[in-house]
Amino acid sequence: MYYAGMVIIETITPSPSSQLRSWVERESGQKIFRCYQCGKCTAGCPAAYTMDLTPRQIMRAVQFGLKEEVLKSNTIWVCLHCQTCSARCPQEIDVAKVMESLRLLAVMEKGKAAVEEVKIFHDAFLSNLWRFGRIYELGLGASYNLRSRHFLTNLSMLPGMLSRGKLPILPRSAKGTSRVKAIFSQVYAKEKESEMERKGTA
Amino acid sequence: MASLTFAYYPGCTLHTTAKQYDVSTRLTCQAMDIALEELKDWTCCGASSAHLTNPLLAIALPAKDLQQAEERGLPIAVACAACYFRLKLAAHELSNKATNDLVGEVLGKRIDHIPQVIHLLQVLESKKADIAVKKPLTGLKVACYYGCLLVRPKNTVGFDDKENPQKMDSLIQALGAETTQWNFKTECCGASFVMARSDIMLKLSHRVLSQAQQSGAECVAVACPLCHSNLDSHQKEMNAKFADKVELPVLYFTQLLGIALGLSPRELLFDQHFTNPMPLLKEKGLA
Repeated sequence: MYYAGMVIIETITPSPSSQLRSWVERESGQKIFRCYQCGKCTAGCPAAYTMDLTPRQIMRAVQFGLKEEVLKSNTIWVCLHCQTCSARCPQEIDVAKVMESLRLLAVMEKGKAAVEEVKIFHDAFLSNLWRFGRIYELGLGASYNLRSRHFLTNLSMLPGMLSRGKLPILPRSAKGTSRVKAIFSQVYAKEKESEMERKGTA
Repeated sequence: MASLTFAYYPGCTLHTTAKQYDVSTRLTCQAMDIALEELKDWTCCGASSAHLTNPLLAIALPAKDLQQAEERGLPIAVACAACYFRLKLAAHELSNKATNDLVGEVLGKRIDHIPQVIHLLQVLESKKADIAVKKPLTGLKVACYYGCLLVRPKNTVGFDDKENPQKMDSLIQALGAETTQWNFKTECCGASFVMARSDIMLKLSHRVLSQAQQSGAECVAVACPLCHSNLDSHQKEMNAKFADKVELPVLYFTQLLGIALGLSPRELLFDQHFTNPMPLLKEKGLA
């Protein structure tokens, strides 16, 4: 460690995780080192109040290759993808795209999300889509509640939704559902091919 | 022969929780001589769940619907803002040959003539001079809420200013209503966190409603079914949780258009709202 007055500057040792930045740059197409830490992304972020690492801090962590910190953060899961950060970045970095790439990396590398509920929701959504071609809301709600074990989520909304005729009780498969299933199969087959390649270089 | 014809992509919720948006869209477009031909066998665009877990799926799912519109040879009008973003982004990405080839393999066929993707707000705002107002919305103060995905990212979806958009405002003004000036036009409502992190959704949506109320608005106009649901359906919960009380009816801009065109609140499904708009409409002599 090097002392300069009252400021302690740690020597940052490049780690294998410094491959993080090049992976993220390739995946997101964004130039990570253009970020000069102005903080506009954090200032505009509606979910920053609940994040352990703010968007600005995530960008810094990626610049330094701090993979563990990034993948453990709740940031990449509570990000709403509202695009406010990307819209305001003076360096025109698509910060939302960086978050998306980091989330993909988290899914590929660890399998368990820092905010498990969000991942469970997305899995339940895609499952529902695969099955019915269009979202069957009652099924999605039930599926989410069961998978997450938060059995009472949105239950209080149910009577109001039903009485207003907003919630069909029975599912109806869209005619295009078989095509949707075919798309899923094709996509998973192709993703499997490139997954090993990606994993090896992250 | 209608003056304008579009392939119509409603989005999943418009057949279920957001039926009002679908019904009011069809009725108002019919009244304005705009033909909407619903895509046969359309399927879910994947919304946020596909793009946050699987990038190829995120393009392939909406691409399937784009392909159907291509077969019809029509531009595709989208009601839901999130679906609009997904379809428009897919159309944008398909202009890259490598992406188009890959998606073509997944779908079984390339998309050679990528259809134009347009949001209903764009369609109707562009025809605002042709609106035959039967019942002007005089004295109604409306906060126009755009949310995120109509205006961001600017280079993909943005048909309006990303910080202070005006298109919905100018359409609502053409109906005789007054629109309020406020700073939360494009602040996120909390989107799909209604299940997984409803605490975030409640806080964000409450902020939007509170700001709209402070601007003097008597109601909020929206162009997205998820924004509508988040803002409309949880006001009781918000008032139990936050000190700043809110009570604002939330209406689809097409419902307001419908009223101005002389349609009845009943046919525009005003009885399906959680925060009842009827007292406000009656007060303004609109119902």
